[in-house]
Amino acid sequence: MSVFEGFKFRKVSSAVHRLDPRIKFFYVIILFVMAILFTKLLALIVLFFIPLPFVFIARVNRQWLRSLRGAVFFAIIIFATNFIFGYFYPSSYTEITGAVDSLGEYLVLLERASAMTLRFVVLIASFSVFFLTTSPDHLGLALQQSHIPYEFCFAFTTAVRFVPVLADEAQTIMDAQKARGLELERGNFLKRVRNYIPILIPLIISAIRRSLELAEAMESRAWGASEKRTNLYVLKLKRTDYLLVLVSVLMLIIAVYVWLYVSIPSLTTLLSL
Amino acid sequence: MIEVKDLYFTYPTGVEALRGINLTIDDGEFLAVMGQNGAGKTTLVKHFNGLLKPTKGEILVDGVSTQDVSVAQLARNVGFVFQNPDHQLFSETVEEEIAFALRNFGFEETVIKKQVEWALNLLDITQYRKTSPFMLSGGERKRVALASILAWDPQVIIMDEPTIGQDYQQKEKLMQFILQLNAQKKTVVVVTHDVEFVAECNPRVILMSQGKIVAGGIAEEILTDPKVVAQASIVPPQITQIFLELADLGLPTDIIDVHEASKILLGRMREKS
Repeated sequence: MSVFEGFKFRKVSSAVHRLDPRIKFFYVIILFVMAILFTKLLALIVLFFIPLPFVFIARVNRQWLRSLRGAVFFAIIIFATNFIFGYFYPSSYTEITGAVDSLGEYLVLLERASAMTLRFVVLIASFSVFFLTTSPDHLGLALQQSHIPYEFCFAFTTAVRFVPVLADEAQTIMDAQKARGLELERGNFLKRVRNYIPILIPLIISAIRRSLELAEAMESRAWGASEKRTNLYVLKLKRTDYLLVLVSVLMLIIAVYVWLYVSIPSLTTLLSL
Repeated sequence: MIEVKDLYFTYPTGVEALRGINLTIDDGEFLAVMGQNGAGKTTLVKHFNGLLKPTKGEILVDGVSTQDVSVAQLARNVGFVFQNPDHQLFSETVEEEIAFALRNFGFEETVIKKQVEWALNLLDITQYRKTSPFMLSGGERKRVALASILAWDPQVIIMDEPTIGQDYQQKEKLMQFILQLNAQKKTVVVVTHDVEFVAECNPRVILMSQGKIVAGGIAEEILTDPKVVAQASIVPPQITQIFLELADLGLPTDIIDVHEASKILLGRMREKS
């Protein structure tokens, strides 16, 4: 469940927390675009360091690290698939002619697989910073003030809001079934999958029950009674927000320039020089 | 016998839930763990069947450290009834639900049949054996959950808030039932907020506050000491409150039992007339 921990908002006050959520999201999207633009390991290493100042200013290093640790499993899968597919279909690599047989060609494969993995890590890392420092309320407010229909905003914030709740509940259910002698890690693959049935059924039922209760609670508080909603808090851009927009746009411009005109050397050739 | 030696526990989130707990629970003892929300009650008892492992210190269950054995192994002797039955019910019938743990522990089918029959009888739910647990009322679901633990006849039974969500009559029945279990030399550990319930059962009580045991003794001593009770943010039973308020009349202040109280008051009235 540690992946979820890495996305759980905690109330802390810092410069990053106070940033406008729309701008923070814009910044994350820019990072996302940059991560997609580049396939070279060197570029992605640079990208990895970009969200780091935010992590430290917001003082969420521990939770942030936890989200990265939670991503290890998927990272391994991505690395392995890239490496294995690269090995069997080397024709997609311009650097490799014929089958993979020399050390240099293995290194090319290794570098590409690492780059793809790092791309995923960069995405997780930047989105994690965003969710760690943006309260669900702020997020909903941001969506609403971007003229998205309130129904969608509400559904979205509710979903985000309930992720950690469901994660907690899953943990309790696991404990309850373990206390009845269930051993999740026992048996062959099929048995292990079946072991999760006693966890999933109570979890799903409780989620359905919870949603019905929520619906009733909402209706009893006159949800959707008025067409036009007003907000107690109105988001307003501050100087730091404009600064972040500027930084983000600059980053994008530099990235596009590099992407168009600079050929990034591969790490292997750099190191062998 | 459960021995807790200088137990510390910190959750992965950094919350220090237990800070130096020392406790011995003898075989056949009836112990109530009380204290306000977040005092560490549930965290403490989750150590008894190995769901949580100490950060520092040690727990010995019948001389074996919980660090060395799996939850499934410990659960064979230590049954844990969770607060919310919906966190464990998943089977299609009540019968299947009760048999679940027995199957996990590898009992033979004939034994399973016998034990299921016995547990259904014990909790008076035989008529529901073929019913889906989800069709039952809250109190009935709680009984099914209890039956599903008692079915394998563990020596120690831990119950987390057994009286929550039960009507008075059910509570009374449950209390009789727990006392009966205890009379059969079972070790019973109850985590509860319910002072009236504790007053009627009169078990040994430990009061927890901020991860520490702040007082321990028989219920009569603990619940009638206004200072101790206030420290753990609980309110003495109503009958005790009456006697505390009437202390000026020379009435005893250590009364938690309604029958005893009425005897004293009757005696007084007879004296007067």
